[in-house]
Amino acid sequence: MDTKVNLPVTEKPKLSVRNLNFYYSNFHALKNINLDIPENKVTAFIGPSGCGKSTLLRTFNRMFELYPEQRAEGEILLDGDNILTSKDDVSLIRAKVGMVFQKPTPFPMSIYDNIAFGVKLFETLPRVEMDERVEWALKKAALWTEVKDKLNQSGSGLSGGQQQRLCIARGIAIKPEVLLLDEPCSALDPISTGKIEELIHELKNDYTVVIVTHNMQQAARCSDYTAYMYLGDLIEFGPTSDLFMKPKKKDTEDYITGRFG
Amino acid sequence: MNAVTSPASAALQASRISKHARRKRVNAIALTLSLGAMAFGVFWLIWILFETVRLGVGGMSLALFTQMTPPPQAETGGLANAIFGSVTMVSLATLLGTPIGILAGIYLAEYGQKTWLGSVTRFINDILLSAPSIVIGLFIYSVVVARMKTFSGFAGVLALALIVIPVVIRTTENMLTLIPNALREAAYALGTPKWKVIMTVTLKSARAGVITGILLALARIAGETAPLLFTALSNQFWTSDLSSPMASLPVTIFKFAMSPYENWQKLAWAGVFLITMGVLVLNILARTLFHNKH
Repeated sequence: MDTKVNLPVTEKPKLSVRNLNFYYSNFHALKNINLDIPENKVTAFIGPSGCGKSTLLRTFNRMFELYPEQRAEGEILLDGDNILTSKDDVSLIRAKVGMVFQKPTPFPMSIYDNIAFGVKLFETLPRVEMDERVEWALKKAALWTEVKDKLNQSGSGLSGGQQQRLCIARGIAIKPEVLLLDEPCSALDPISTGKIEELIHELKNDYTVVIVTHNMQQAARCSDYTAYMYLGDLIEFGPTSDLFMKPKKKDTEDYITGRFG
Repeated sequence: MNAVTSPASAALQASRISKHARRKRVNAIALTLSLGAMAFGVFWLIWILFETVRLGVGGMSLALFTQMTPPPQAETGGLANAIFGSVTMVSLATLLGTPIGILAGIYLAEYGQKTWLGSVTRFINDILLSAPSIVIGLFIYSVVVARMKTFSGFAGVLALALIVIPVVIRTTENMLTLIPNALREAAYALGTPKWKVIMTVTLKSARAGVITGILLALARIAGETAPLLFTALSNQFWTSDLSSPMASLPVTIFKFAMSPYENWQKLAWAGVFLITMGVLVLNILARTLFHNKH
């Protein structure tokens, strides 16, 4: 298959993927991926299950390193520096590249401490400033009005949608530059999904957002650029409107029109 | 129309009714059998508790807690030295065994899960977990008591700690493995270092289970006789000196219950009652206090 995908992005790239190959033990999961992710835009990865879109996302913060049988070869440049070979501690990379997962994962502590936890890892703030930071993050995640009177209660007492917004607030509280969202709405009802999609729109003013989604309408609604992947290959990448309205490849067209996948 | 295209046909309906009737019969048989098994178990359990209360509750008095174990056929006497010895040795053994057990459990669940060292440790721990406690008593006898040339409370503490450690290792590892990886990944995704992920997120999530494991280990060693027979031995008098032989409830019960003296037998039953109630309270604590939080 032709793995050379034109990089249509004329904007400043935040993340550049160069000749990336990824392996789960012997299984070749990503095949020579080349891709530029533009700054302060929302980029969506779509494709059928098992196509490698989550795998690709998890290389951007080196999350795969938790599992010794997984390895990545190639380059992932964050502002020009290769994070795969960076001498910086992986914690510092993850402070710049935040991630929100499929299922809400509140930590076993209060709502306030859930947000403050990550901030305390990198900053020593006086109480007043920490209070402000927590409020700022919760407001950004559109959760403040719902939880402001119960900040000391456990985070696991919130509804699924609230928990997911808490996780987004926790992610942005440490002020990353890139936010990775791995199917953030797949466990949520339509109303919570709507709130999180609005939130994604808001977030791109300050962050570079990359979202993996199974839901093509979601990709169409909230992304600026879309990448279609299939069986570890990047098939097509371009502005979302182009990819959905006039796809260049037959495979992409079949998938987005529902004839396949 | 045939049966495939008309699902509500009379034959299908009859088949549904007969299959359902069969399921109900099987259910009734299984339910009766399991209720019977439960009744059999509970019957003996209640009888044990009943006998313990019947024979032990009469011995409850202030003297039980204030006076020393008496000589045979004395008028007065209590279990003060044995109670003190048991509480001291059991608490010290738990204090000694818990941190070791938790740290080893963390290693097995978080660091060495798939490593060679991890598998070997897990295997040895499983053997230790099921080792008869008398073997542990004899082991401490040969390495500590025989060398120090004296039975001691300290040796008793070591023997009991060796029983606590594998229980705590096993429960800690099990509870940590139950924590979903998504939670760990979420913590790592913020840039949290590994030790902090374990201390503040995974171990904290598993807290209730780990504490339950500690309490169950504590309940188990509270009633152990064999490992103390060869280590702490017993002592007719009050001692808080861990380098000398120390009395304990189980060993005192063992000695007194086997004796022909009526006052000793009565005290043995009082001791049995005390241990049973203590273990019961610990189990109830373990079940309610920490489970209710979730």
